[in-house]
Amino acid sequence: MTELLLKDYTATSCVGHGRLETLDALRSQRGGLAPCTFERAELDTWTGEVSGVDDVRLPDKLRRFDCRNNRLAQMTLLQDGFADAVAQSVGRHGRRRIGVFLGTSTSGILQTEMAYRHRDPTTGALPADFDYEASQNSFSIAEYVRQALDLDGPAVVICSACSSSAKVFGSARRMMDAGLIDAAVVGGVDSLCLTTLYGFHALQLTARGPCKPFDTTRDGISISEAAAFALLERVPNSLDADEVTLLGVGESSDAYHMSSPHPEGQGARTAMLEALKAGGLEPGDIDYINLHGTGTPSNDNAESRAVASVFGAAVGGSSTKGATGHSLGAAGALEAVICSLALQHDFAPGGINTREIDPELGIQYLVKNRPGRMTYAMSNSFGFGGTNCSLLLGRAG
Amino acid sequence: MVKLCADIEGLGLLGPGLDGWTNSGAVLEGRSLYVRQPTNVPIPDGLPPAERRRLGLVVKLALNVGLEAIAKAGVEPDALPAVFASSGGDGQNCHEICQGLANDERLISPTRFHNSVHNAAAGYWSIATRSRAASNALCAFDWSFAAGLLEAMTQVVVDQTRVLLVAYDAPYPQPLFAKRPIPEAFGVAFVLAPLRDASSASPEPHGVATGVGSSATLGRLTLELSDSPPDRMGNAELEALRASIPAARALPLLQQLAQRKAGVVNIEYLDGRSLAVEVVPCS
Repeated sequence: MTELLLKDYTATSCVGHGRLETLDALRSQRGGLAPCTFERAELDTWTGEVSGVDDVRLPDKLRRFDCRNNRLAQMTLLQDGFADAVAQSVGRHGRRRIGVFLGTSTSGILQTEMAYRHRDPTTGALPADFDYEASQNSFSIAEYVRQALDLDGPAVVICSACSSSAKVFGSARRMMDAGLIDAAVVGGVDSLCLTTLYGFHALQLTARGPCKPFDTTRDGISISEAAAFALLERVPNSLDADEVTLLGVGESSDAYHMSSPHPEGQGARTAMLEALKAGGLEPGDIDYINLHGTGTPSNDNAESRAVASVFGAAVGGSSTKGATGHSLGAAGALEAVICSLALQHDFAPGGINTREIDPELGIQYLVKNRPGRMTYAMSNSFGFGGTNCSLLLGRAG
Repeated sequence: MVKLCADIEGLGLLGPGLDGWTNSGAVLEGRSLYVRQPTNVPIPDGLPPAERRRLGLVVKLALNVGLEAIAKAGVEPDALPAVFASSGGDGQNCHEICQGLANDERLISPTRFHNSVHNAAAGYWSIATRSRAASNALCAFDWSFAAGLLEAMTQVVVDQTRVLLVAYDAPYPQPLFAKRPIPEAFGVAFVLAPLRDASSASPEPHGVATGVGSSATLGRLTLELSDSPPDRMGNAELEALRASIPAARALPLLQQLAQRKAGVVNIEYLDGRSLAVEVVPCS
């Protein structure tokens, strides 16, 4: 595939607001999970809540979009000069030539959950100020971002559960290759809500403490929230050595089960191989794999089989979800940002919370940061419905 | 302006009074009177019994139109990439979850939860057809059909692959219905393929079945982004469907194909603009 430049990027998660805080958390192997106190949820689990979301005010002209998900987006757009970088891209290409491709799994469903608690006692109607289009509908986040950034190109929300904001890179890449746009704002935003907290709990997939990916005693996920954005442009004639590019995207389906991965990780394997093929690389070229690594027994089992079948135990990998939690539809973009930071700062991040690496899993799982030259990183994102996406990122020099 | 081209090899359709693409031609051509009736959504083939029991209306709808389109195209689904476009997914399921969470017990059924993902139809499709090809599940509110068509056309053109596009929407129950009044279930599917003559020197794209059906081209599409306002349906009842159901925004294109006339139709996209789709029917 045509290589694309990550011209700029930013992320917000429970480990930090923006690139510096995120990098610092990774370097010091600091996590952001805490016992769940969200919205009176009485659940014996830990979550990764982003601080300060409740204090965000959307611009007046965009007030109808007010919901936790869009506040998290707004907070993130203003970090690291991201909105300014997009404005400069508009100057180069025009607002009609920049697309918006975002992933989410639950959008602003929290507004709907709250509205259902405030139905009219006689008619059952939802409150008059509940705005379905601007909050609950999945497209809300794309419409919000394109208006906040004053963009006027094609826009879409990819909504394939936990692969959503990895797959946006694929859709953006195709539309740029087709020549319909010159740049793309890609990313993912997912925020805490009761649907996912109680839903994953009902499936018995939430961990009791902070999640422990690839640990012998792993017992599930820690649900979190995050927003991450990247600005994709075509690669110019010359690149600085520390610039990051997207080299490959691999996508597949399991055709197995709605909420369990294929036990041998066949779909995951295909996604990784396709990403390598798209980038023209061999497994041995990869310096680090950011694993999907949710911390459920079944995901880590299936993923390690897939990774071992492609890479053996030769390539080190980790799940950063021990630190950030699982931000669901935002995880793909968040972990693409984490890979970009790792590439630019020459270290492979170690996973945290994992005390005893499950010896059954047979891959090289990193629990400590490993300094050293980084050129290529892969990031895995898999989701309900058996949807798989692997991204291949590289450093220019 | 950049233009994207593809051949249409198969179509599927279910809507109120539109019972399959094959059965709807006369109505869309204007030769028969349109009679609005509730959308007939049968239980689709291909799924194990445990999965069949779990199917919501939107998933049945999406699978039915997808299966009609691949049958018409004579292509096997197992290696066929698919794009699923819907504004809201399973409205009944969403209502049940929100109602459950509004109670003090906050109970959610695990099956309801995994069926709540927007890509449920894509997941069940891949299970039913044993397709391990990539699928995309997307949303662009009222413009979800156009966004899905754009995604599918870029896959055809850039990745040079045959693609299945399925767009589908179904009503929310009250109280959400009052906020998002989608009146009926409507689903439409297209099998789109790289142009035959342009790719004759290269091997056949994925998903070609030998000896099954004709894989004949129903027509050729050429698409570009346009500032033109969207086209409306001449028939008032069909126009009411087009305007109120996101997936039914496809109706002007379906009508053009049914009439086997060359011409340009404008399909509603963002900000009152459109995708201009030039249709050249296959004679």
